[in-house]
Amino acid sequence: METLNILNRFDYTLMIVAIGAALLGAVSGALGTYAVLRRQSLLGDAISHAALPGIAIAFLLTGSKTPLILVLGAAIAGWLGTLLIMSIVRMTRIKYDSALGVVLSTFFGFGLVLHTFIQRTGNANQAGLDTFLFGQAATILERDIVTMGILGSVAILITVIFWKELKLLIFDEGFAASLGFSTRALDILLTSLLVIAIVLGLQAVGAVLMSAMLVAPAVAARQWTDRLSVMMLLAACFGILAGVSGTIISSSASRIPTGPTIVLCATVVVGFSIVFALNRGLLWDWMRQRRNRQGLEAAANRLFKEPQQGGD
Amino acid sequence: MLQGHFEIQLIAIVTAVACALPGVYLVLRRMTLMSDAISHAILPGIVLAFFLTHSLSSPLLILAAAGTGVLTVVFVELLQRTKLIKEDAAIGLTFPALFSIGVILISRFAGNVHLDIDAVLLGELAYAPLNRLKVAGYDLGPVSLYVMGVMLVLNLVFILLFYKELKLATFDASLAATLGFAPVLIHYGLMTLVSMTTVGAFDAVGSILVVALIAGPPATAYLMTDRLSRMLILSAVIGSVNAVSGYWVAYLFDVSIAGAIATMTLLIFGLVFLVVPNRGVIAIARRHARQKWEFAQTMLVIHLLNHEGLPEAEAESEITHLYEHLRWDPTFATQVVRYALNNQCVLQQETQLILTEQGRSIAQQALVQ
Amino acid sequence: MNQLHTPLQQRGIKLQVLETKAIEVTDLTVAYQDKPVLWDIDLDVPPGVLLSIVGPNGAGKTTLIKAILGLVRPAAGNVLIYDKPYEVQRGIVGYVPQRGTVDWDFPTNVLDVVMMGRYGALGWIRRPGRQERELAMQALEKVGLETYTTRQISQLSGGQQQRVFLARALVQDATVYLMDEPFQGVDATTERAIITLLQELRANGKTVIVVHHDLQTVEDYFDWVMLLNIRRIASGPVADTFTSDNLRQTYGGRVAFVKK
Repeated sequence: METLNILNRFDYTLMIVAIGAALLGAVSGALGTYAVLRRQSLLGDAISHAALPGIAIAFLLTGSKTPLILVLGAAIAGWLGTLLIMSIVRMTRIKYDSALGVVLSTFFGFGLVLHTFIQRTGNANQAGLDTFLFGQAATILERDIVTMGILGSVAILITVIFWKELKLLIFDEGFAASLGFSTRALDILLTSLLVIAIVLGLQAVGAVLMSAMLVAPAVAARQWTDRLSVMMLLAACFGILAGVSGTIISSSASRIPTGPTIVLCATVVVGFSIVFALNRGLLWDWMRQRRNRQGLEAAANRLFKEPQQGGD
Repeated sequence: MLQGHFEIQLIAIVTAVACALPGVYLVLRRMTLMSDAISHAILPGIVLAFFLTHSLSSPLLILAAAGTGVLTVVFVELLQRTKLIKEDAAIGLTFPALFSIGVILISRFAGNVHLDIDAVLLGELAYAPLNRLKVAGYDLGPVSLYVMGVMLVLNLVFILLFYKELKLATFDASLAATLGFAPVLIHYGLMTLVSMTTVGAFDAVGSILVVALIAGPPATAYLMTDRLSRMLILSAVIGSVNAVSGYWVAYLFDVSIAGAIATMTLLIFGLVFLVVPNRGVIAIARRHARQKWEFAQTMLVIHLLNHEGLPEAEAESEITHLYEHLRWDPTFATQVVRYALNNQCVLQQETQLILTEQGRSIAQQALVQ
Repeated sequence: MNQLHTPLQQRGIKLQVLETKAIEVTDLTVAYQDKPVLWDIDLDVPPGVLLSIVGPNGAGKTTLIKAILGLVRPAAGNVLIYDKPYEVQRGIVGYVPQRGTVDWDFPTNVLDVVMMGRYGALGWIRRPGRQERELAMQALEKVGLETYTTRQISQLSGGQQQRVFLARALVQDATVYLMDEPFQGVDATTERAIITLLQELRANGKTVIVVHHDLQTVEDYFDWVMLLNIRRIASGPVADTFTSDNLRQTYGGRVAFVKK
């Protein structure tokens, strides 16, 4: 009965939402790989929160609610936030984590001020704060999917083109610079890719949970492989898996928000990977240790019995 | 009305100071993001306690949330210990997951009760005075003032009691361990307090902006002083200034109070970042400009000293070729030589530069520093 | 060539070394923000020597290597590699960074890391192909890791990681090699293998510059030495340069090393 219900609900709207969530999962999963490997998992959190004032200012300046304009505002603000974090770390003794925390929360606070300002001017045509915080997957339209598809493809294409350079940058920045690659340009490229992935995801999962969409698929993928290309591909697949299953689960019952469900699905994938992944997983590790111990015990037994046998 | 102004500002100040004090240690221990994680991750704890008590101001709520917060810290550390996940990713995984659980619980089961996510995330300081503490019919003031007052006192007592231990555990955890000060215990004590403070504050400022209160003033103070005690006091003062100025900005423009406090935190941080003596961007730029000549002169005298008495000395001290050796712009080189001549660090003999005694001692001092 | 120098000679300057220098550092000063880390360094390295840079912690050894590689911008002075700036010559320079500067848990294998040595020659966007793979295999054979090609890099020992880095520098097919503490954290056997390799490079006319920590082995391993402590104390052939007097100047009174 319940299954039938789900099947019935798999209508056009749901399909659009699922495709959107899958796209988002694929792009953020793939690009999140870079963030996780660079140990910048939380930069995504900062960028997504810092985007709020950008959206508000874009709206104040243009009076338009066109997604593309708001996304542009979000991207610029996210970019500026990242730049400020880097400048603070470079120019003062404040460490990365504090710089990130300050920028994240205060940019968001400024966005909140602008938001209440817009609300007060009575312009009801504004994008809701709830949507920004938690996303509203249900409002994804066909044209959003086209936008997401194009932007996502461009981002993925860039990673393919600069595959070798980005890999070298993340693994060994000094060596990359000594070979003559502009690490600054690559750094900007990488941050821009991250910003693209985040503004794409804001609509579906929102600012608060966006970082999980970057981190979770990549962390899960890392457990299954030791190759960057496979890891990125797997992360994209896990992202799609989380996006689609989250959408379906949240639509199967009332009052289950989509964004958090997608995040929980991604978390389940991580948990499963940490425990069951071949070679690296905890279960595997435990079995190996047990085998080693048994081997050791057997060896010890042999060792201690040997003199007796020798005596015979 | 006047009383409303006063009470809100008082709550804002008490909250800001209560957050800033443990924040100092988080900033110094590079654990600021843990507060971000805790402030989000406590949501399911709050929700579950709320289901049990049906009250948002019950002490049980604070305890449950604090428990969830500490659990988050433990969980992040456990994930790290598997060596499968790095710290940043462990934080980035844990808090969205817990937060998601909280959000789903709220929207699934708490739809018609008074607990909405906006209040948790954003808070509303303006409503804080509405919830009054009444004992036997007497109005003793807003509840949140008492909650945050207690948190402030707890934080103060903890810091004063364990000042030495906290300091040691912050700057040299292994030494603290060998001296028997149990840095792990101190660590969890601090994290418990951060969790409790966070949940006490979310009522007023919400869980995102509480990070601004925890990280903002200490980061600002860190730019201004080297001493821990001074940093604590400065953080409290800056937190209060942010709170009061933020309140008035919000009042004037009729915008979110918590948002305005966070905005003021950013502005004041930016201001200090630019103008603080010694460490500010402007001070560094000015010192650079001032020291540019000093530094260039030192380079010049060291250059001369290094080649003094060696076969190549004549070529190296030729004024007109100096810029080639040091790769300086010719006009800059001329100016540096003039500067050094004025300071009597060098003498000109025909086309050669010769070190004076003073120049030699400057060079030697620079080299042994 | 000699004509270029005539004006200098007319001014009565003795030119002791007329042949090309592999590396020529002149009056190099490097400062990080306000703090100078290298003062007016001069260093001439003739081709085909195995030179070690020694000095106490914080002497600026790594900074000197980075300045030669153009990774930090000097406040004054100049670096030439075979008479031309690094930007022109980076194709003939190989670099081995400190092992600790990278994350060895990065998802990649030994062969892939070694192939990174060809990235500079490949330039932007072009991918490594069969030729690069073969070169990497040859380099791995030289360092004795040919059976480890598909091994994940986190599963290597410290010495093996160091040899992977060395192989990566070998595939750069450079004329000048700069190595930052290649002996750090390696066992005695690996250390011997590495030094044999470096001596082989020198025998093939390559110039190898090594940041080194262990004063005891300087005389056995290297033919040239530079003593550095923010400024250059001395540089030249080990026999003339590695003297107790120079060492005392470099390390202050703290040197516990007694010269044989």
